[in-house]
Amino acid sequence: MIRVSIPSPLHSYTRGLSALECEAGTLAELAARLDSRFPGIRFRIIDEHDRIRRHIRFFVNQEMARDLQYPLAAGDEVMIVCALSGGV
Amino acid sequence: MRKIAKTRATRAKHVKAKPARGSEHKSAHVMLMVGTRKGAFFYHSDAARSRWTSDGPHFLGHIVNQVVIDPRDGHTMLAASKTGHLGPTIFRSTDMGKTWAEVPHPPRFSKPENGTAPRTLDYTFTLVPGHPSEPAQWWAGASPPGLFRSEDGGLTWNEVAELHRHPAWEKWGGYQTGTPDGAMLQWITIDPRDPSHMYIVTSEGGVFETTDKCVSWRPMNKNVAVTFLPDEFPEIGQDTHCLQIHPTHPDRLYQQSHCGIYRIDRPSDEWTRIGRNMPKEIGDIGFGIVLDPRDADSAWVFPMDGTDVWPRTSVDGKPALYRTSDAGATWKRLDRGLPRANAYYTVLRQAFVGDGCDPLGIYFGTTSGEVWASSNAGSSWKRIAEHLPRILSVTPAVL
Repeated sequence: MIRVSIPSPLHSYTRGLSALECEAGTLAELAARLDSRFPGIRFRIIDEHDRIRRHIRFFVNQEMARDLQYPLAAGDEVMIVCALSGGV
Repeated sequence: MRKIAKTRATRAKHVKAKPARGSEHKSAHVMLMVGTRKGAFFYHSDAARSRWTSDGPHFLGHIVNQVVIDPRDGHTMLAASKTGHLGPTIFRSTDMGKTWAEVPHPPRFSKPENGTAPRTLDYTFTLVPGHPSEPAQWWAGASPPGLFRSEDGGLTWNEVAELHRHPAWEKWGGYQTGTPDGAMLQWITIDPRDPSHMYIVTSEGGVFETTDKCVSWRPMNKNVAVTFLPDEFPEIGQDTHCLQIHPTHPDRLYQQSHCGIYRIDRPSDEWTRIGRNMPKEIGDIGFGIVLDPRDADSAWVFPMDGTDVWPRTSVDGKPALYRTSDAGATWKRLDRGLPRANAYYTVLRQAFVGDGCDPLGIYFGTTSGEVWASSNAGSSWKRIAEHLPRILSVTPAVL
């Protein structure tokens, strides 16, 4: 199982869950699993060309992962982050 | 599907909304849907349109470019939204905004087939209900420029491939970047006589027309100036801020462009710069234009300072509308009730609207968060809201 941390802007999709567990071999697979469980969540964080959105970051075991093919293994911790980038 | 049950829609009613144009009512309850940088706010008038109550915020913190009621069924609403971090989407309500759910397939670009650069949808800018004869159809314009169509009441959206694969689209539609908020497909207008006849506007291309329901397109920018390009009158490259087709005399259109106010009477394809007749000290630069469904010769504009670095604020800090009653030959200043000085309003293109009632109600929202209303065709003005976030749109519906 992968432990996934969900940022507050996505809690309306996860019905308030800030952490959950999921099985996946890559970040892409994780995003697909999340979307089947919480429809619509993937497109808010990954664009139509399968690129992580500009102000979203994925961390795997505290290391930033920029590629959706980043491999995952049981016991990994994935943190989805709404990147701090100034503000208005 | 993401659902938002709690929207503070304290005045949501199960009543049918009517199109905000051409209404014959001498009195009417009007609803204004105000889209802002930080959410949506709704305002409801009494029958005289003199007292207003507020309802909101909805989607607090979301960038809401527009909220629209479907005039064909009177209760379906769509809201174009994104946040500072999350990608763009559409929310839909079938109970007049009491509850909302995210649509299952919001607008998005497909992968390019011919080696052109992929476009990534930044935001949906405008939502337009389809022709009354096609009750499930909706249209959307986006940034970067893109035209999207829904055939199921706004639930699923697809690109208008005939336009996006047009050989000239890369030039007509502009690119991913642009100032200040990116290039856009910013206006969609349907001929009320014929759903196959449409006009669209891109911020870097100008006006384009189709008469065969999007199969073929042609530019329609003759005589519209682009003073910042080497060729002042190119075939494309205009920045038409707003395009209004007259609802009961659809051969007449007006546009407020980056470089002036224009009118056209079809089948002519040449625009006439009626803004030349505005007072020289005011100029004819602005974003929006409002029409009266009962009088094709009347139009209202909200001029803004278009000198040097294009401040786009009320000229000399003195907000005023200008009205023509003779198709642009002459213009009359309307400013009773508006601030007399030190008010540097910017009114964006989707934030200046009419309700279609008789007499015409006119409304505008400012980027400084004020909503102003007139129930007498602009003769006098009253502020009905202040302290809102930056206002991106004001959309009226007659209930």
